[in-house]
Amino acid sequence: MNNPGERHMLQITGAAKSYNGQTVFSGLNLAVEREQFTVLVGPSGCGKSTLFDGLTGAIGLDRGRISWNHEILTHLGHHAAYMQQKDLLLPWFSLMENALLPAKTGKQDMVQMEPVAQKLFVRLGLNGYESHYPHEISGGMRQRCALVRTLMFNRDLILLDEPLSALDAITRRSLQSLLLLLQTAFKKTLLMITHDIEEALLLGDEVYLFSSQPMRIKERFVLDQPKPRLFSDPGLLKIKRHMLEQLEGAL
Amino acid sequence: MKLIDFIPAVLVAIILGLWEGATRFMEIPIFILPPPSSIFTTAVVKAPLILPHAATTFSEIILGIFMALGTAVPLAIIMFAKPALEKTLAPFLVASQAIPVFAIAPLLVVWLGYGIASKVFMAWIIIFFPITISLLSGLKSCDPEFRVLFRLMGASFYDTLRWLYWPWALPQFFAGLKVGVTVATIGAVIGEWVGAQQGLGYLMIQSNARLQVDLVFAAILWLTAMGLGLWILVGVVENRIIKWKV
Repeated sequence: MNNPGERHMLQITGAAKSYNGQTVFSGLNLAVEREQFTVLVGPSGCGKSTLFDGLTGAIGLDRGRISWNHEILTHLGHHAAYMQQKDLLLPWFSLMENALLPAKTGKQDMVQMEPVAQKLFVRLGLNGYESHYPHEISGGMRQRCALVRTLMFNRDLILLDEPLSALDAITRRSLQSLLLLLQTAFKKTLLMITHDIEEALLLGDEVYLFSSQPMRIKERFVLDQPKPRLFSDPGLLKIKRHMLEQLEGAL
Repeated sequence: MKLIDFIPAVLVAIILGLWEGATRFMEIPIFILPPPSSIFTTAVVKAPLILPHAATTFSEIILGIFMALGTAVPLAIIMFAKPALEKTLAPFLVASQAIPVFAIAPLLVVWLGYGIASKVFMAWIIIFFPITISLLSGLKSCDPEFRVLFRLMGASFYDTLRWLYWPWALPQFFAGLKVGVTVATIGAVIGEWVGAQQGLGYLMIQSNARLQVDLVFAAILWLTAMGLGLWILVGVVENRIIKWKV
């Protein structure tokens, strides 16, 4: 059921989850367009990660419908790749072995997949580090390797759960441009969680601003500024100021 | 090597020196407490006598270790894979350790005979438990975020086991194995005390009855060396396998 003409590849309707009687979110609607970069921004602990857990199938949602290319699914476990704040590289594997893990577990032809991974290593600036081990490299490079592995999932949708929030500001800038590459060069559809407003505005085509307790969509922004974007863009600055006001109002 | 690395050796030297001095100056009879010097001499000079006994005990321990590995590893993995089975088996596992091995030693000799089998069995019972428990808790300690990653990759249980759970559990597994190999001597020696025709435990009982206390100590020295040697060997294997840093 792969219909390239379909605008919304992923549609979440009426999603609800509560823990011990406390509502994390309810009646949540979200739509993600093919090859778009959708960003969810909200204060820490507002329940964004719980939503992702529901999408990946780590937890079950209480209510709600997840529609994937018009197909109703209980979760996206088999359709999405997932990257988080922690790089989750296995310390006993070299970077190349780590990157090839999705291909290995997916029983893909390794002779075919190794050059694919090799190309990604070059593309993401890890050339020459294939046989290094995770403890031998910096946090930024580890996250690059996690990015290669995420691409090796070979899935159309990539879920990003604050993938860069553990990195320093300079490293984060260079990795943000790589995230953009996922969209432009690899034609991926991206759904990202972040609490960094600037990051959301630099990368997102569509940005949802969330409020917390219970988590609900406060506002939706469609950004059509061409990428790569600069912060000096007066349009972006205006939205940023507006978002900050909204968030402060919520506190 | 720093100064602190020599402290254990210095301590051993002091204890042996005090022991040697005490036996000599207080004129303790050699059949009560022989001085370390005569124990070492006996251990070396009587090596042709001790060696066959040591070989028997050593093979009992080694067989016990391999039997324990062959049973503990699959059991721990099965209990990890099927939590319901863990709940069912855990009480039996604990009970098997709550029964003192000394208490069933005579029975085992009755059932399995005076030969090597009853001693191997004893060593197996003793080693089996620490390996199972440590491996199981190692497997369980795996970070759930990694589990999610493997699930999203669509990995089978077997693939997740060999690429995630097993390497994750290895440090704890080796900790359990180290405990196992050092206590293995207990099982073998008790088995030999109760009834045997060969082995260091048998030699100790025989020598004790003849007041050849230096020979008893020499046997203990050999046993200690054996346990220590196995412990070091496991450590070497561990360092060869676990090369990564977390």
